[in-house]
Amino acid sequence: MEMETAKLFAAAIALLPLFGVAIGLGMIFSSYNEAVGRNPGASAILDKKFFITFALTEALAIFALLVCLMILFMF
Amino acid sequence: MADPIKQFKIEPIIPLEFGNFDLSFTNSSLWMAIAVVVSTVFMTIAIQRKEMVPGRVQVFSEMLYEFVAGLIRENVGTAGRKFFPFVFTLFIVVLLGNVLGLIPFSFTYTSHIIVTFALAALVFFAVIIFGIARHGIRFLSLFAPAGIPLWLMPLIIPIELLSFLIRPITLSVRLFANMMAGHLMLKVFASFSVAMIGAGVAGMFGAMLPMLFNVILIAFELLIALLQAYVFAVLTCIYLKDTVELHH
Repeated sequence: MEMETAKLFAAAIALLPLFGVAIGLGMIFSSYNEAVGRNPGASAILDKKFFITFALTEALAIFALLVCLMILFMF
Repeated sequence: MADPIKQFKIEPIIPLEFGNFDLSFTNSSLWMAIAVVVSTVFMTIAIQRKEMVPGRVQVFSEMLYEFVAGLIRENVGTAGRKFFPFVFTLFIVVLLGNVLGLIPFSFTYTSHIIVTFALAALVFFAVIIFGIARHGIRFLSLFAPAGIPLWLMPLIIPIELLSFLIRPITLSVRLFANMMAGHLMLKVFASFSVAMIGAGVAGMFGAMLPMLFNVILIAFELLIALLQAYVFAVLTCIYLKDTVELHH
């Protein structure tokens, strides 16, 4: 395989973690919405936890994107 | 297509080299200096006239103070009050770095791994130094949680040790990667607009789509900028909790 082709394949494979991140974010959003729907009074506490877990999970997708960009632009 | 990586290039403004050391005043240092000036001037003005019925500026500074104080109270406890200046400074540095970076033609100093790693290493060593100063050798019991059977220890201790040592890396990479990826995304969509305008009259109208998307992205990036500063401060508080109490 040529170097350029291999790079594009490697970059695509490096984005596979997005599957897991998508599932994780979906679970976070669904349980957050369910919890607020059941108990709207608790949303002040839930908001904080939601934003922290959202940022931590979302960061994993960004890590994958970073690896992808490193493969594309640095090698 | 224009190179979206170019925006992260560090350019010396005032070249300054001593032997092998390059101490130039760069665009990165310029925006750090701007962040220092902005935060200092704002806070000085805000508390100049302490009024019973606070004005807009005073309310905002008090909100920032209350926010970080609440963060420490919730995550570290009242014993963590001595860490307030440390956490507040870190929060303001990261927040201003992220938010000032959203101004067009500015430079995001938090989009460089060395800056965020320096901040994260500061937190890491602060935890170790304060922890050993407070608990002495008992600080090592952090790596051996209570209530775990002895035969499981050879497995648990390396895991706990690794998760402790990897903290500065995840803390710094999270912030840096978020900032870098966000700014890359903005520039990539902006370059779609530029490419479409070059395609003729029909492209002029088509160029509005990536432009509109960029408007939404800027709002999202502002959320991420605030959120990452918040997460950085929260995780710092959680790590500092280990120095205050050891109750694994």
